[in-house]
Amino acid sequence: MTLAASSPIPVTVLTGYLGAGKTTLLNRILTEDHGKKYAVIVNEFGEVGIDNDLVVDTDEEIFEMNNGCICCTVRGDLIRIIDGLMKRKGRFDAILIETTGLADPAPVAQTFFMDDDVRARTRLDAVVTVVDAKHLKDRLEDSPEAEDQVAFADVILLNKVDLVDAAELAAVKLEIRAINPYARIVETERCKVELDAILDKGAFDLNRILTVEPDFLTDDHHHHDEDVRSISLKAGELDAEKFFDWIGKETQAQGAKILRLKGIMAFKGDPDRYVVQGVHMLIEGDHQRAWKDGEPRESRLVFIGRELDWDALKSGFESCRV
Amino acid sequence: MPSTIDLAFGAYVVGAEFLGARPIFALGDGTVRLGDDPTAMRTVFAHEGGILAASLTLDQKALVTSGDDGRVVSIAADGTVTLLAEKKAKWIDQLATGPQGAVAFASGRMAWVRTADGKLLEFPHDKAVGGVGFLPKGLRLATASVDKAMLHWVTAKGDPVELGWKGGHTGVTASPDGRFLVTTMQETALHGWRIEDAKHMRMTGYPAKVKSISWSTKGRWLATSGANAAILWPFVAKDGPMGKSPMQLGPMPKLVTRVACHPSEEVCAIGYEDGLVVAVRIPDQAEVMLRQPSGEPVTALSWSPDGLRLAVGLESGRAAVIDIRD
Repeated sequence: MTLAASSPIPVTVLTGYLGAGKTTLLNRILTEDHGKKYAVIVNEFGEVGIDNDLVVDTDEEIFEMNNGCICCTVRGDLIRIIDGLMKRKGRFDAILIETTGLADPAPVAQTFFMDDDVRARTRLDAVVTVVDAKHLKDRLEDSPEAEDQVAFADVILLNKVDLVDAAELAAVKLEIRAINPYARIVETERCKVELDAILDKGAFDLNRILTVEPDFLTDDHHHHDEDVRSISLKAGELDAEKFFDWIGKETQAQGAKILRLKGIMAFKGDPDRYVVQGVHMLIEGDHQRAWKDGEPRESRLVFIGRELDWDALKSGFESCRV
Repeated sequence: MPSTIDLAFGAYVVGAEFLGARPIFALGDGTVRLGDDPTAMRTVFAHEGGILAASLTLDQKALVTSGDDGRVVSIAADGTVTLLAEKKAKWIDQLATGPQGAVAFASGRMAWVRTADGKLLEFPHDKAVGGVGFLPKGLRLATASVDKAMLHWVTAKGDPVELGWKGGHTGVTASPDGRFLVTTMQETALHGWRIEDAKHMRMTGYPAKVKSISWSTKGRWLATSGANAAILWPFVAKDGPMGKSPMQLGPMPKLVTRVACHPSEEVCAIGYEDGLVVAVRIPDQAEVMLRQPSGEPVTALSWSPDGLRLAVGLESGRAAVIDIRD
């Protein structure tokens, strides 16, 4: 057994614009009896009125790794705190990281790609973004951070649905889908949600990717003037060598504009599903499980980003076909 | 053959030291264990949460520990706990002991020095403090931060000196002669400065982050972890290690996690990621195996003051006291 072999601790990142209901959710997670013990890393200690020795207060400390790549900003404070938490392994089951309302989620996510110790000891389970059904539209218009938080989400907790009517609710869901087609949307009032619906979901919800319609957003589907958009690509079997060559070049060239990417690949001659995910220029992949009998061997890849060269992504992906 | 006493505590060993002849272990569950008789260990409840850092006082009469309960305490050989400082709701994860009983510690963007008379001095930073240390005479506090290291006068008046280098600095040490300052980094590298002229020293080539450093006797070598061998940088020359290759001790197909130089001989003890511990004589690289691999990283390693015994701590809470005498 080595360091890497000990089971990684799941980490949930909780984001959300000010007033969306993040603190309500956090307090629920900390007080309710859900059978799991969380170590919680918060930014505004005062807001969580819970006396708990596993709640850690921190100042977001973002810095660039020395290789000069602007995409490689990480959260130094998280690296330190996770290192400290590992000295108390066994006292908690999972880690929850709350980010401030104005935070760009990229450095948090990138920390889980960039830092070897964090990678070896933890597993980014999901980015959960709390949004306010009533005010999301305004936030998306006046705040790029709110847009980024939606774009990064694996799960979107659509809160305060009691404050909007059916038409408004449908409209806000369309807005979310336009930015992020693969996130799972969970509708709630006052963050009342079964916690197991959002916590410990396993890397990310792959099923969502499989149900996203290819080319969900082409120009004719373009609902509003949001600048974050997504593209969902679909193909049959791919040539692994061509794919890695292409995705490597694409993430280098367009990395600054790519917020997230996720996919399931069917490589020729490979009996296993291959899962990739990325943040900006950082990308990682792994074999997930064997393709099942009768399961169509399809490759799916979703990009979410700003001003991406959509046509180039589409043609590049297709050139990786076997 | 060396003889070994095996111990098991059930919590991550943060520090393994000796108070004179008595081994002392600081653990991730907040307790400190004293002694080397598995049937008669003394347990001291030092922190309510976990211990994040531990450092022996320079007179070797007490172990100072800091924890996620915001407390900095000192534990004497008889188990007496003395509260040195308390910062509510802070994780005190950086700690150093210095001359004249001074203790430096840090949390977030603040560093403090507690002097022996109980005075607490504050050293605010604009970015997180990743490490603290004293210069040899104890007049100056060194801190590692983001994009720089700093030298602060502890009690004397005077502006702090900034030594810049881009990146996150996670630990700091001064050479025993006080001429060089070296930081460990978030990157897989060390950075150093000659203090008199702030001349840079880049010490790179590590496959992993450097988390353990130790000066050999008289400060001739700086031993470091972070590679598949202990990497020792030569510091005897006027320019330090500039333009020189480091020496590699105990090369193995596995990562070195802890290094501890002998208090009086040119010998370095090396702990690996699988629990193996060896001692290597620096001049001729003669190697002695001291502990068999057990499948878990060595997290703490120190020599007794007489240099005859070695305290070892591991991630799982196992520990050992190894007597190297035949």
